[in-house]
Amino acid sequence: MINSRLLAIIRKEFIQIIRDPRTLAIMFVMPVIMLFLLGYAATNDVRNVPIAIFDQDRSAAARDLLNAYRNADYFSFSFDVDSVEEMKVLIDSGQAKAGLIIPPDYGRRITQGDQAQVAFVIDGSDPTVAGTALSAATLIGQTKATAVLRATLETRGQSGAIQPPVEIRTQVWYNPDLVNAYFTIPGLIGMILQFLAVLLTSTAIVRERERGTIEQLIITPIRAWELIVGKLAPYVIISFFELLEILIIGTLWFKVPINGDLGLLLALSALFLVTTLGIGLLISTLAKTQFEAMLLAVVTQLPSIFLSGFFFPIAAMPAFLQVISYLVPLRYFLTIVRAVQIKGVGLISISNEVITLAIFGVIVMGVAVGRFHKRLD
Amino acid sequence: MSEYVIEVKELTKRFGDFTAVNRVSFTMRAGEVLGYLGPNGSGKTTTIRMLLGILEPSEGDAIVLGYDIRKQAESIRPLVGYMSQKFALYDELTMRENLDFYGGVYGINRRERPGRLREVLDMLGLTERQNDRAGELSGGWRQRLALGCALVHRPKLLFLDEPTSGVDPSARRTFWDLIYNLATNGTTVFVTTHYMDEAEHCNRVGIMFRSKLLALDTPGCLKTTALPGAAWEVSPDHGGASLVTALTALHDVPGVVRAGLASDRLRVITAPNAHTAESLKRVMNGAGFTEATIERVEPTLEDVFIALAGHDVVV
Repeated sequence: MINSRLLAIIRKEFIQIIRDPRTLAIMFVMPVIMLFLLGYAATNDVRNVPIAIFDQDRSAAARDLLNAYRNADYFSFSFDVDSVEEMKVLIDSGQAKAGLIIPPDYGRRITQGDQAQVAFVIDGSDPTVAGTALSAATLIGQTKATAVLRATLETRGQSGAIQPPVEIRTQVWYNPDLVNAYFTIPGLIGMILQFLAVLLTSTAIVRERERGTIEQLIITPIRAWELIVGKLAPYVIISFFELLEILIIGTLWFKVPINGDLGLLLALSALFLVTTLGIGLLISTLAKTQFEAMLLAVVTQLPSIFLSGFFFPIAAMPAFLQVISYLVPLRYFLTIVRAVQIKGVGLISISNEVITLAIFGVIVMGVAVGRFHKRLD
Repeated sequence: MSEYVIEVKELTKRFGDFTAVNRVSFTMRAGEVLGYLGPNGSGKTTTIRMLLGILEPSEGDAIVLGYDIRKQAESIRPLVGYMSQKFALYDELTMRENLDFYGGVYGINRRERPGRLREVLDMLGLTERQNDRAGELSGGWRQRLALGCALVHRPKLLFLDEPTSGVDPSARRTFWDLIYNLATNGTTVFVTTHYMDEAEHCNRVGIMFRSKLLALDTPGCLKTTALPGAAWEVSPDHGGASLVTALTALHDVPGVVRAGLASDRLRVITAPNAHTAESLKRVMNGAGFTEATIERVEPTLEDVFIALAGHDVVV
């Protein structure tokens, strides 16, 4: 026999959600907004850093060097200045993020085969931009230096001596063009799902408490698990539609492929959903008011997003934060979703993460059901 | 199973230093309408919550429908109905959906439910607005819907907590008619109120004041046993303006337990055998009200309540 108590709760929750069109709209519009916002903003791709050029030499060799920088699209030559002071003003005001100073004797030293020095100044107040710009600048400079050296040796008829002893041949797997979206979009799936799921369910029980309906529910023969499962089920279904929404936008707009098995991806997302919805419910049983629940949801969400490895690599965190990150379910799901969607791996390769996530789900749901006593005191 | 529907022994509930219910004992028989009369905060709701098994008593025991409220609360639940003060309805759901929800939660199967819903809607006069959202209803409709939700599963025992608070007088009257219908059909009803006139409708009335059950009896018996003295109506001769002067005069007279204003007259409660109509007349004459009329009247539950509560304050 189908459990009439469970059905009654599911039906009631669905009606309540559907009759609140504004919340429903937020549920489906928010993922789109977050996806576009974070899809474009949460990127480490540093391109077109505005740079000020102070070329004191204006020789052919100097132009050659500048062209090397221009051809790599890391920098845009926004300013041509005539003094270090002028460059400083531009960098101070943030109009330029970096400056390249070519000394007056650059061209002469190059042609003489002497070492020429070029100064590269960078605004370090944004370390991400600075870091990328710095390595780009260094790399371009070194390549250029090698080319110059090679050219010099060739003119001396010594080209054969310039074979490097070791050659590193790099191969990038899964994401050969190193497109950042391949990393961000799958991560966003996890982040958005968690954010919405926790936020939505965190008020589920509290709302009944605030309205006084919880008392009426407690005295019915309903069991704690029926109430919890019944309240979760509609949100699982809605979150699932949101997941599809994100996947569709991710593949069609951001062109992030689904290399793995879609069925596996959906199944594992469902597992993750149960965990996050369970966390929301747990919050709901702890909080006394809806406001308190929202606050708790945000307070638990923010650290978990930062510790999940979405923004910052876990490997770069201090040891104790790495330990704490093991307690963040999103961490496992991010590994799973990136592995399945981008690497296209099967269940075997990610079995550790899947098992951990499942254990999390069972614990969280168990505690939520256990927390919900059918008494008022 | 014992002959009682409810059997309460020395039930006590403390919240920290505050004793909400203090050693309450009583019994209730099947088909009875028992009114629990008392001001807000006197412990009525706490008593109900303990009997429902959703609050653990600090001391004492109670058996409801043969089950121990401490250990067998889950067995009591399917058999009782409860209507809370707040009319716990889901505003987004229609009347019918609210009833259907509680029907489902109480395990009425899907085939049987439409018939039962029709019955409840009809009995409570809700049919015409069954598809209106609960949030759009006014007090009287919400109240009847809340009652419907409490009795959709045909409980043997119904707890109604201040069911008529915030509802207009005509709706209150209709509501009491419904309660009587239920009782006639064998439902036992435990109802709390702070309206004295409503308590008169009950088979028996319990008077709750400051966490204690001061008396529990039929309204008639309460008036003769719980009110030891007599009730009088005193009309001073000079009309309204002199009422206050007369009241002050009566206050200080030995043997007068309480004197108070009652519309254009004074209501006076005296200690047992302390006064006769003549002695009160002499008091009034002495205060200058030579034309005053004194009439011995039937005490009301309000007199009983005030006499008991006043006694409690002194002790």
